[in-house]
Amino acid sequence: MIAEIGGYAAALALALCLALGLLGVTGTKRDSRIGAVTAAAQAASALMALSFACLIALFVRSDFSAEVVAANSHTDKPLIYKIAGAWGNHEGSMLLWCLVSATFGAILATLRGSQAKGLWVRAIGVQGLVTAGALIYTLFLSNPFARLDPAPMQGSGLNPLLQDPALAAHPPLLYLGYVGLSVPFSMAMAALLEGRADQAWAKTLRPWTLAAWTFLTLGIGLGSYWAYYELGWGGWWFWDPVENASFMPWLVAAALVHSAIVTERRGSLAGWTILLAIMGFGLALLGTFLVRSGVLTSVHAFAVDPERGIAVLVLLFVALGAGFGLYALRAQKLAQPAGFAAMSRESMLVWNNFGLAVAAAVVLIGTLYPMIVEAAGGGLISVGPPFFNLTVVPLLGLLFLLMPFGPLLTWRVADMRSAFRRLAPAMALAIATFAVALALSRWRLVPAVGLSLGVWLVAGGVSYLVIRARRGAGGAAKVLALPLAAWAMAIAHVGAGVLTIGAMAETAFRSEQAVVLAANESIDFAGRRITLLNVGHVEGGNFSATRASFRVERPGDARTLVAEKRFYPTSPMPTSEVGILSDWGGDLYVALGEAERERPGAWSVRLYRNPLVQFIFIGAGLMAVGGLLSLTALWRRRMETGQ
Amino acid sequence: MRRRDQRLMMIGAAGAVLVGAIALTLVGLRDSVVYFVAPSELADKAEPGQRLRLGGLVVDGTVRRGEDGAVYFAVTDGAVQVDVRYDGILPDLFREGQGVVAEGRWTPGEAFQAERVLAKHDETYMPREVAEALKQRGEWKGDEAP
Repeated sequence: MIAEIGGYAAALALALCLALGLLGVTGTKRDSRIGAVTAAAQAASALMALSFACLIALFVRSDFSAEVVAANSHTDKPLIYKIAGAWGNHEGSMLLWCLVSATFGAILATLRGSQAKGLWVRAIGVQGLVTAGALIYTLFLSNPFARLDPAPMQGSGLNPLLQDPALAAHPPLLYLGYVGLSVPFSMAMAALLEGRADQAWAKTLRPWTLAAWTFLTLGIGLGSYWAYYELGWGGWWFWDPVENASFMPWLVAAALVHSAIVTERRGSLAGWTILLAIMGFGLALLGTFLVRSGVLTSVHAFAVDPERGIAVLVLLFVALGAGFGLYALRAQKLAQPAGFAAMSRESMLVWNNFGLAVAAAVVLIGTLYPMIVEAAGGGLISVGPPFFNLTVVPLLGLLFLLMPFGPLLTWRVADMRSAFRRLAPAMALAIATFAVALALSRWRLVPAVGLSLGVWLVAGGVSYLVIRARRGAGGAAKVLALPLAAWAMAIAHVGAGVLTIGAMAETAFRSEQAVVLAANESIDFAGRRITLLNVGHVEGGNFSATRASFRVERPGDARTLVAEKRFYPTSPMPTSEVGILSDWGGDLYVALGEAERERPGAWSVRLYRNPLVQFIFIGAGLMAVGGLLSLTALWRRRMETGQ
Repeated sequence: MRRRDQRLMMIGAAGAVLVGAIALTLVGLRDSVVYFVAPSELADKAEPGQRLRLGGLVVDGTVRRGEDGAVYFAVTDGAVQVDVRYDGILPDLFREGQGVVAEGRWTPGEAFQAERVLAKHDETYMPREVAEALKQRGEWKGDEAP
């Protein structure tokens, strides 16, 4: 019964979305029609909420007559993971996609912002069509409410790797980001249909873009953190196709966050902003295609089904075809850009956009190249970290070089010399870092450059706050009284710097060692003496585990560390729970391997020292905090101006 | 500086960055792409020192630890069996009789030196490269998996 209610609610939402799409896209100024469109958008979102609640109820009740529940759940699972199981599979995650899209449509319909009525109605309409497209795909090609007859007595369980709090939150956050990009897309399409993209339009576009970018940052950061502590490989980013699939929209969203500022403040770059919005959503759809179709080898390819992949590809072509087609027809109708000099706030933001867009293009080439080569009969290949390190990393480096200048320059024409003078302390610090890192790393250029760029970004962000505080009376002490928007930007930029420092230190200076240890045997590693104390058997809630305890000794400090190998009866494969000891310098990371066949009682153990690895996740967190603060600042401004 | 000169300067700088990015991309695609080979293709396709991905099934009973501390195992596609040496901990999902991809280098007459070993990530998932190779050799039996 619950499954049927969920299915009907989703079908009704589909009908509403199609209707409101057609009514909205054609545009109108009549209030009665606008009222109908907004009410339909809100009703569709409520229906989707009901539908998704039904799916969660099926999982909570372990109703194995529903096919997704039988395939992905188990009565032994803790409640929280039963709920998370609702989106931990292909069908449920697509329903979540639809729910998020419909909800954003309802928010768009409720909060008009500063944009003109015609633009607003058309945007709601396009968003309705986006939701309808996703719903058609979900209901007809991957229906989460399909029944199974006869119902099995027990479900076949969730992949135990996924039974983890970070991973329960990872897909919803990522989807909020992916689908969040559908709103800028809808607004861009509305602007093209209406033939105008003014400053008031860009002002409403900004918070949507910021929100999508912030969610993407959180989702990617959390996924990376999970990979770090759960997969047991000691790494945090693998340039895996699916990681790239989320990184590309992130890069484009970051560009869009900045270009929308130019369009809002100066009225220029409107065409480019629209193009970015279309590409951002296109890449989000491509990401869904790459994940769902299983065309690329990946951790995430859990629905290997070419038919579904082709359907997502069709949706992608419809969205991009409509987007680029309209752009070609209408772009010249948009307002002419106001001019700016080669050295100005605008030009720096253009450089930011240029760098991020080229980086996204390079990641796209590297990700799709294996598919292209295979389709052309060139055999199976993989494009891995060496390619991306060679291409994307220098591009981002160039971008980071310019980053601290941007916020210090004025609009239209800026005085470069004064910017250099104000950034002199930051520059000195970066150069000093370079020299020290070069000497300490025995003349390794890449980590030295990377670390000094990271320090440059952090110092640049701090300098910005100090310089702004000094501008008025009261001096540097006034730094706390600066506007929230200034703090938000500085924190996000500092976050990028912190992440860079962590990524460089971890990549360049990490050490690892594989050893075989029996009880009470020791090994000296990374300035520590590590002793295996014992290996025992423990029972968890729905798993049993082999648990190894270690003593980690440094002069004046001894601590214990536990690493596990867990066995879930629902899965033939064990999973690792690595042991991590963090200190200011980084992590000691211990993964338990296999019992040695030739030496009873001895275990293979892998040891890693990951210097400054926590900076990576702190940096990503700071960027997300910057995004959230910036959103808060925009919200406050909106409240104050009463728009 | 006149506006036209400024514009030229910006376009010039952008062009230089773009050319650099394209050059790096082409070099990257030429040099850092890793080809996938099945054990029976190794002798024909591998050049000494070239990075490769070797995929196949782990042969039953071949996993052992050498006196040098490294792990040895053999990989097969049903036709040819290749010894692999790996200096590290095998992934959780590594099993005899199951699919595996080893990334590393090969010198004729020696064991394949793996720098990375990828096993399938869950029980219903087999690295696609391995499946392709096994299908080509008629050894595929993955579809009967739950």
